[in-house]
Amino acid sequence: MTVNEKQNKIIEEFSVFTEWIDKYEYLIELGKNLKTIDEKNKTDQHLIKGCQSRVWIDAEYVDGKIIYKADSDAVITKGIISLLISVMSEQKPEDIINAELFFIEKTGLQENLSPTRANGLLAMIKQMKLYALAFNVKKTKYD
Amino acid sequence: MINVVNIRKDFPVLTTTVYGNPLIYLDNAATTQKPECVIRTIDELYRTSNANIHRGVHFLSEKCTEKYEQAREKIRQFINAEKKSEIIFTSGTTGSINTVATSFGERFVSAGDEIILSEMEHHSNIVPWQLLCERKGAKIKIIPFDDKGILRIDLLDALINENTKIIAVTHASNVLGTINPIKQIVAKAHLYNIPVLVDGAQAAPHENVDVRDLDCDFYTFSGHKIYAPTGIGVLYGKEKMLEQMPPYQGGGDMISTVTFEKTTYAQLPLKFEAGTLNFIDAIAFGVAIDYINQTGRQNIINCEHKLLEYATQKLSAIEGLKIYGEAAEKVALVSFLLKDIHHLDTGMILDKKGIAVRTGTLCAEPLLTHFGKTGMVRASFAFYNTFDEIDVLCENLEKISLMFN
Repeated sequence: MTVNEKQNKIIEEFSVFTEWIDKYEYLIELGKNLKTIDEKNKTDQHLIKGCQSRVWIDAEYVDGKIIYKADSDAVITKGIISLLISVMSEQKPEDIINAELFFIEKTGLQENLSPTRANGLLAMIKQMKLYALAFNVKKTKYD
Repeated sequence: MINVVNIRKDFPVLTTTVYGNPLIYLDNAATTQKPECVIRTIDELYRTSNANIHRGVHFLSEKCTEKYEQAREKIRQFINAEKKSEIIFTSGTTGSINTVATSFGERFVSAGDEIILSEMEHHSNIVPWQLLCERKGAKIKIIPFDDKGILRIDLLDALINENTKIIAVTHASNVLGTINPIKQIVAKAHLYNIPVLVDGAQAAPHENVDVRDLDCDFYTFSGHKIYAPTGIGVLYGKEKMLEQMPPYQGGGDMISTVTFEKTTYAQLPLKFEAGTLNFIDAIAFGVAIDYINQTGRQNIINCEHKLLEYATQKLSAIEGLKIYGEAAEKVALVSFLLKDIHHLDTGMILDKKGIAVRTGTLCAEPLLTHFGKTGMVRASFAFYNTFDEIDVLCENLEKISLMFN
C-alpha cells in the first residue's frame, strides 16, 4: 500500500469512533502493542528529548525500503507512533520525503500537533523524513 | 469568608468550555486567571490614558506616570517594603533574578566564589546563576531536600564558607509546594554577612509576604501568577544592596545625564528600569493587588488551605497515586504520579475532560531527578477553585487508572 492508501485506511478505521474516548482507548491499545525498538538501541543517539515525553526512533534500509522502529515512555504517544510507523514504514525513501500527512487532522488527533507536544509528533515526523533523506543520499551515491 | 460562586464571576475565562466540558483550571502555579477589573484596566488605559511615563510634560504622560508610581506604592505595601525606591518593576521573576545575578554578580562575585542554591529551585533560579558562574569562574553549591520535600537547612552551615557570596532560595517550591523557613535561612546567612535572594514566584500569590520581617535582601515575584498581566514582575531589593550594584541594562529611564564621555545613572528605582517600562501592565498589576486586598489576603489563604487539604485527602485515597511533597507547610498545589502511568498520558486525558493541569518536568529538572522521575502531574489551586472541581479531577483519575491498566 502507498503512503496515502495507508493514511486513508487509518482515517476509515477512526471514522467508526464517535467519541474521543474511543479514539484514545484505541491509541492506548495500539501503544501497548507497538513492536518497540530494542532496549540496547534506546540510546541518546536515537532519542528525541522533550519536556513532556521521550521518544526513541531508529531506521534501517532493507531492499530499497525503510523500516522504522520506535518507542516512547508515554503510551498515547506510542499509539501515535504506531500510526506513523504503519504509514511511513516499509516505504521508499522518496515516498517518505514527499509524504503529506493528512491523517492526523482527518482523525481528529490534531491537538497532538501543538508545539508543547511537538516532540511527540512533529519532531518524530521530521526525524523520519531526515532518515529517509539520509538513506536517499546514500542510495543515489551508490546506485 | 469567600463566596466562591460570586468570586468566579470576577474571572471571565472560568465560564469557558473545553471540548464541551466546563473548564476546570488547575494550572494556577503556571499562571493565574485575571479578574475583570484587571482586564478592564488594560483596555481602558489604552483607550483613555496611554502615554509614555516619566519624561512627558503633557497631561496624559503625567497621568500615566502618577498611576505607575501608585502601582509601585501598592506593591511596596503588599510586601511591606520600607521604601518605594526598593520596588523595581521587571518583566517577571526570571527578569528579576537575572537582574540580580548579573548586576550583583558583576559587583560582588569573582573567580573561586560560591553561590548557594537549593535542590528544589526551578530553572529560573538556577540558570542565571550558572551563567554568572561561567562568566566569573564561580561555582554553585546545593542545599538538598529530604524525600518528604523538606529543605535540609541543618546542612546549610556546612555549605557556607568565606567564599559564599549569596544564597538564592525559593520561598515555596513550584513542584513540592513546600514553604521554606526563609526567616531562619536569612538569619543564618546574615550571621556571615551573606545576602539572600528569595524567589517568591509561588509564595507571593498564596502567603503573606513581609520582606522586612523575612529580612531578605532581595525578593522576586511575577505579576501573572498573582492575577496581574503577563510581562510584569517585581524585584524588591534592600536599598543598601541596590545602591551598590551597577545598572543591569542601559538606556531610557535609567540615566541621569548622558555624554559620550560619561553617563550618570538615575536614582533608585529607575536605575534598574531601563527603556520604556511596561507601564500599562504595571498599573494593572496595582489593580490586581487592590483586588487581592479587597477579597482579603487572609480569606484567600484560608480558602486555599482548605482546597489543599481537601485535594490532598481525596488524591491520597486514589489507589496507586503517589504525592510528591509532604511538608506540613505547603502552598496550594499537589504534584503526583498515578501508578506507573506516564504524566503525559494522564495530562492528555484530563485535558480532554476540560481539566487543565501541568505535566512534564515542571521547569525543575534537578528536583525531579531527586525522585528519579522525568515528569509529574501537578494540580495547582487558586481561591476560585472549588471542592467539586477536585472531585471531578479525582473521578477522572480513577477512570484513567482503569483505562491504562
